[in-house]
Order: sequence, then C-alpha cells, then structure tokens
Amino acid sequence: MIRLVVNGQARQADVEPEMPLLWVLRDELDVKGPKYGCGIAQCGSCTVLLDGAPVRSCSVPVAAVAGKKITTIEGLAQNGVMHPVQKAWIDHEVPQCGYCQGGQMLAAVSLLQKKPKPTDADIDAAMTNICRCGTYARIRTAIHAAAAAATAKRV
Amino acid sequence: MDKSGIDSRGARSGAEKFGASRSAMGGSGGIGQSVTREEDARFLTGRGRYVADINLAGQAWGVVVRSPHAHAAIRSIDTAAARAMPGVVGVFTAEDLGDDLGTTAVAFKRVRPDGSPIFWRAYPGLARGEVHHVGDPVAFVVAERLDLARDAAEQVLVDYDARCAVGDLEHALAPGAPAAWLECPDNISHVHDIGDRAATDAAFASAAHVVRSRYRVSRVHAQYMEPRAAIGSYDAIDGRFTLYCDAQQPHRVRDILAREIFRIPTGRVRVVGVDIGGGFGGKGPQMLEFRLLLWASRRLGRPVKWQCERSESLLFDEHARDNIHEAELALDAQGRFLALRSHWIANVGAYVSSDRNIQASFQNTPGMVGVYDFPTAHVRFTCVLTNTPSLAPYRGAGRPEASYVIERLIDDAAAQLGMDRVALRRRNILSPAQLPKVTALGYHYDCGEFERCMDMALEMGDWNGFVARREASRARGLLRGIGLSNPIERAASPGMEYAEIRFDTRGRATALMGSKNHGQGHETAFKQVLATHLGMAAADIDYVDGDTDRVAFGVGTFGSRSAVTAGTALVIAAGKVIEKGRLIAAHLLEAASGDVTFEAGTFRIAGTDRQVSLKEVAIAAFQPERLPAGVEPGLFENGMFSPEDNTYPYGAHVCEVEIDPQTGTLEIVRYVVADDVGTVINPLLVKGQIHGGIGQGGGQVLMERVVYDPETAQLMTASFMDYAMPRAADFCDIEIAGIEVPTDRNLLGVKGAGEAGAVGAVPALMNAIIDALAPLGVTEFEMPATPERVWRAIQTAPRQP
Repeated sequence: MIRLVVNGQARQADVEPEMPLLWVLRDELDVKGPKYGCGIAQCGSCTVLLDGAPVRSCSVPVAAVAGKKITTIEGLAQNGVMHPVQKAWIDHEVPQCGYCQGGQMLAAVSLLQKKPKPTDADIDAAMTNICRCGTYARIRTAIHAAAAAATAKRV
Repeated sequence: MDKSGIDSRGARSGAEKFGASRSAMGGSGGIGQSVTREEDARFLTGRGRYVADINLAGQAWGVVVRSPHAHAAIRSIDTAAARAMPGVVGVFTAEDLGDDLGTTAVAFKRVRPDGSPIFWRAYPGLARGEVHHVGDPVAFVVAERLDLARDAAEQVLVDYDARCAVGDLEHALAPGAPAAWLECPDNISHVHDIGDRAATDAAFASAAHVVRSRYRVSRVHAQYMEPRAAIGSYDAIDGRFTLYCDAQQPHRVRDILAREIFRIPTGRVRVVGVDIGGGFGGKGPQMLEFRLLLWASRRLGRPVKWQCERSESLLFDEHARDNIHEAELALDAQGRFLALRSHWIANVGAYVSSDRNIQASFQNTPGMVGVYDFPTAHVRFTCVLTNTPSLAPYRGAGRPEASYVIERLIDDAAAQLGMDRVALRRRNILSPAQLPKVTALGYHYDCGEFERCMDMALEMGDWNGFVARREASRARGLLRGIGLSNPIERAASPGMEYAEIRFDTRGRATALMGSKNHGQGHETAFKQVLATHLGMAAADIDYVDGDTDRVAFGVGTFGSRSAVTAGTALVIAAGKVIEKGRLIAAHLLEAASGDVTFEAGTFRIAGTDRQVSLKEVAIAAFQPERLPAGVEPGLFENGMFSPEDNTYPYGAHVCEVEIDPQTGTLEIVRYVVADDVGTVINPLLVKGQIHGGIGQGGGQVLMERVVYDPETAQLMTASFMDYAMPRAADFCDIEIAGIEVPTDRNLLGVKGAGEAGAVGAVPALMNAIIDALAPLGVTEFEMPATPERVWRAIQTAPRQP
C-alpha cells in the first residue's frame, strides 16, 4: 500500500511500486486531470507538481513519490477560487482542445514561483510542454498577465 | 492582448444583405465580439471529459496485435498461449470475425494509366492471410485489465512469410521496385487529370519563359495530443451498439458502422462524441478499432475499451501529405502567367479504404492556380501504393501542397528571370473587378481583395525595410531571409449540416448541432450566433453536439466547414423560431402578426411599447390555452443547410527567418498575416485558429517528418523522441490582421478559418528559408529545415557566407 498526498488529501493505492504515477492517479484514484500523451516524458500532458516542481507523471514510479505533495490541475483552484494562472488562461483564451492545458498551467505555476517576472526567453525555456493547437503565443501572454496580476496584488 | 485587430473597412459585397445581423452586432455577446470561451472553465479545472476519462461498468480492455512486417503472407496464427494467459476473455483473428463485418469502399471512379479500374483495397477488419504495412491489425486481444491484455497480446504467435516491401514514394516508382501488393506490380493505384491539357501544352509551346521545379512535401502525422480512444458496448436486450469515441464526424461514424460494417439499421448504432483532444482532420470516421470494439462487445457481452498509444498512433493512424510535384510555369516576355502544368505524385499508402484516403490528392488541389490570373492549367495526379498506412486529410488536406507549389514556383521564376517576387505576383494577381471567376482548374471564386491583403501583409511585415535588416544580420554573421505567400483555399464545400433549437416549458433553449467541436470553440461561437439572431444570453442556452441519439442529423467538423454549414443551419432554425414566435406573440399582444417585429429577443407591436420577450413566448408555446387557433404547441425548430458552392478564404503571410550558418539553427523572427475569412464571428477564436494552423504548417517545414526506411518500410519515427514536434521556443509571436469581405454563399457571410493558417505557412516559411540561403547560391531545399539539413545545404552551397 503506497500513501500519497494528492491535492492536500491523504490517499492510498494498492499498486506495484513501479507503476507510473500517471496511471495511479487516473486509474486507481480517479484523478483524471493529468492526461496521457506519449508515455515517455516528452509531451508534458501528464504534468503534475511534486512538492511544487513540475514532473511528468507518466515516467515517475509511484514508489518514488510516496509521502510527497502532489498537485494536479484539480488542486490548483483554492476554495472554489481559480488560481491567477487559470484566470489568465481564461482571459486570454488560451485553450483550444484543452487536452494539454492542465500540464501547461502547472508548468506555468512552477515557473512563476521561481521567477515572478519571467521574460519571454524564461518562458520559452521553462515551458517545454507540447501544444498541438499551437497556443504558445497566448500561453506567453497569459503568463505575463498572471505575473502582472500577482505583482499588482502584492503592491 | 493580441497586437491585431480585424479591420472591417473591407466589408463590401453583401454588406446590405447582412445588414440585419450586422446591425445587431452591438448586442451583448453577439457576432463579431471577442467573447471568451464558455468551455474553458471546465477544461482549466481538469473537468474536460475525453474518451479516456470514461469507464463503463463491467468493461474489459482490448489490445490490437499488429504486424511487425511491412509486407508478408500469414502462414498461421496460434492464439492458444494468449488464451491461456491470466485475465484473458477473448483472442480474435479474421477467422473469428468470419463474415460478420463488411468493409468501407471507394466511390470515386478513377482509372489506372492503361484505363483499367483504380486499384484499391480496404482494411478487412483483421488481416486475412496477408499484411501490407507495419502496424496492420492481425488479432484483437481482450482481457480484464489493460496490462493483462498487453501481456497476452505478446503471446499471440503469428508465422509470417515476409515479402519484399516498399516504404517510399520515389522508391515505389523506380524500375524493378518491389510491389506493395503482388497483384499491382507497378504500384500505381490510379491516375487522374484536372484542367485543360491541350490548351496548357499549347501555351507552354509558345511561352517566352518556362520555369521548372520539383518539390517534395514531407509525410507528417496530425499528432493530436489526445491519442485516439474508444469504448464499444452492446445492449443485447434492445440489440443496439453504443460507441464512445473521439471522431470528428460522429454521425458518419454511426452511418458507416450501421450501413457498411454491421449492415444493420442506422438506429441500432449510437455514437457518442465527448471532448476531443485535437483532431485536425485526422480523427476520421472509418477507424478500424471502432468495429473491433463493437464486435467484441457483442461477442463477450460486456463493454470493451481501447486506448491507442503514441507509437501505435504513428504505426496505424492515417498519415498526411507525402507527395512530389513536378511543376512548370509558362510566362510571356512581360512576366504574365500563361499556364501552369504540374504532375502531382501522391503516396496513398497500402490501403485505400474509402474516398477519404485519396481525397487530399484531388479535391482541394485546384487552389494551385492561387489568387492569380491563369488562362489555362493542367495537373496530372499519379497515386502510388507503398507499404505504409493510409493517407488522409490533415489541416489543409491538399490545400497546403497546392499553395506550396504555386508560391514556391513564383519565387523560383522571379529568381530565374531576375524579377522582383512581389512585382511578379502583383502583375498576375486577380483584381476584385475580375471576380466572380471560374479559375483554370475549376474553382468559382466569388469575392476577395487579394492584392489589398497582400499589401497589408507587406506593410505589417515591413517588407521594404528588409534589406537593412538583412545587412544588420549579416553584420552579426547571420543569414536573413523573408518570404511571402498568398494562400487561397476551398472551404465549406457543398454538404449538409444540421442545427436544432429546442425550448423547454420554462423558456430555456438547447442548441443541438450536427457539427462536432474538437477545440474550435463551437459552443461559444454558436451561442454568439444565437445572441445576434435571437437576442439570447449564453447562460440561457445549453449546448449539445456529438451524440447521435440526441442530435437528429449531422455530418461533422472538417474542411473549415462548421461556421458556414452549422452556423447557417442555426440561423435558419432561429428564423423559424422567430416565425412561429411571431404568431404566438401577436396573439398574446392582441395584434396582427404582420404588425409584430422582433429585435434583440423581444417581439413588439411596431411603433408601440407593447412587447413580449422570446422567453415568455416560448413558455406560452407549451400552454395551449394561450395559443392562437391553428398553432401547434411546442417550440422545437431545426435548420438544414448545404452551400451551393465552396467559399474561398484567402490571405497573405510574410515570414522572416534568421539562420546561423555555423550551426544551421533557424529562428523565425517575424511572422505577420493579413487574412479574409469573411464575417468574423469571434476574433479571438479566428486568431487562435490561424495561430494553430501556422504552428502546424510551420512545424512541417521546420522539423516534423514521418520516416519509413525506403527498402524495408519499417517506421523510423514512432515516438516523440524521433518525430520532432514544435514547442514554444520555435515560434515568435504572430501578428494577425484582416479584412472582412463577406461571401453571399451563406447567411452569415463566413468563409471558414480552420485551415487557412497551415495553407499559408508552408510556402511562406520555406520561401523565407530559400531567400536566406539564396546569397550562397542555394536554389533548392526541401523540408524539414532541421539544423543538420540547413547546415549541410550551406556546406555544399556554391558560395560560402
């Protein structure tokens, strides 16, 4: 039995230790926000935050994350209030098909924690998730907007 | 947020006709407004529901056993070991299928060079004695869990007798090449001609200049982020199949399964399409796994689910493009185009299961004469069989190739004849006064201001200031190039679509659409249409698509058609709501119906303040005592629309690149688009579509490619480690502006926007790359422009930087 903390809740799964975290979340714990895209950590649709850092859950054995804090896209909003990144994504109409966007937003949240005012180059370097709908330009715009909103809030 | 705006100065033809709807645009959330999307709150909190997110009670899992050989006879299949594996509930081969399943068929009447009928073979369901490409389905294994099914699939023992195979277009046409099918030794499935051959040959014979080039358009995959998935279920009590799937045309899936595969009444199949993680043309209606899942479900008495893996997706999904063009341009001494002649050599893969698999090589290709005045043109198509998966539409479906040929050919002609690229285009571009026009390849252009769009893009991209920027790059040791393309494409071709507006007894409406959203933002756009035409707020409308039991009729979403076809069907349905509502309103207001007007959601006695809202009228429609004599209770109205002719969205792309000759790395430094997609329902959605199209067209030029070993036909690019995908750092911001010249071929004036970006990007980007390399004497370069290939081109160039 492996114990996990998913979106602030203690969860446990009776699975083999090498089972990828993505499939534990989706198939065992019914957390469907992380998506399967490639299974080899290339596309980023399965991105979750592990103690705040983005990881590609398709390639992380569940035993390696026992006891760590896992945040999926379902856990980004707090008390029904969307995260500034989610709000920026809506305001700038980032999604098209929506499939990769959970992973994109979690990558953006992590970037903004490390670099509250990222440059375009910072964004391009950090945002390595694939979006086939080609929403990259709007992702860039939305990250800048979320950064500006956070700054305004602090002031 | 975007640096762009839609310029409506261009509204011209048809402006009066659309006066009624355009005047209402000021209304809340109506046509023309940048409304943000209804569906995003769901997607952005992890509540999007894609097929893989659904599980049915009692469900088992299916895995397809696929051929590792590109071409082989099957001596025997031994399933005993697989059947004995834990959790296995069924292992099926062609023998088990028996005659249960029919196949799809090709309807196009084409012929081979000797006049004999087209050679085509449809996928049989599971291989019957032979396999014809790596990934060809051989057996279907069903088990309690996915991992158990996969383990068992490895125990299916197939004894193959391998044959020689052919994995590449050029290889397939070489003398002595192996045959992809033994019964078709020359590998030619069929040939086809469009245009006027005799007139074109005559024009070439008397031309002052003839420019010849050969272009190769690479093979790519749509690479939707959501790999395909489906669940098949059979209800033995009512004898009905249900399929959950991510197809772009749910009703067509139903029709094919009922009519051609299971040969049962259409009503015995229900197809449910939920959220789709991208399709781009690639998620077509005839996918083989659908029938296997339904058949297995009926056999086993429980639902069966299948989830395609990324590598499996590359092995078996339909691929796209993959053609060679031997193109020729005839010009007079002044640079006027006299004729276009081209030989389009298309890879059609091993299986041609329906018209869909050869459609990209014909129906969208007349765009090859572009926005230019060609007196005559002729294109011959040769469609070639190889031991590779089928080819099918993908964002553009022949349109990017057509645009690529003409726009590259013009650049080549300008270079060879020492003319200016823009001036050569300008000399031959069609003016608004020349429209409407039937082109030399048979398209019927209705409206457009092609030169104005080109000038707009040239200005946005500061074309005239390029020389100074090239010098500045050179000073930094970099090569800089600029490219232009004037794409035009056929969109929304004739074909039906359906929309229905259903009110409930409380006056709330549901819009049921025959189109199928898969990322375009249909829900938002169609609610905007209802805001304009019925004055309804988005919050008062529920939206349904994709479920063939709920939506009475549908065709689906492809070919840049839904705004035109479904949008117009919705306007027609809205018109019927108003028509019936007016009778009810007149009765409620005690007035003659001829005196009642409708505007912004309210019926009013003209010239008075006496009014009743649509919502109240809808409620009254379900209260017979409040209805006038002869008016049937209820308010359910539908609309069907089939355009009489295509629409022709067009635009101009200007792209600028910088290349580091030391490494061959390439950066897109500037990209601008001026577009005309007719009436814009939602600028945010349109720009998103253009961005996406450029991302895919640009990705093909820069890095993407499906590679088969030419001699073994083994797939070399079966994962994202081998198939390069464009990411954030590969594109600069894209500046988009446009003009609106509404078409009068539909009630909304829309032309379609889904494919336009890809059609323009492929030639514009490649023209920029060739321009960057031109100072070195490079005149030929084929996609993809990976650093290695660019570097090699520079190393072998006549001159060094």
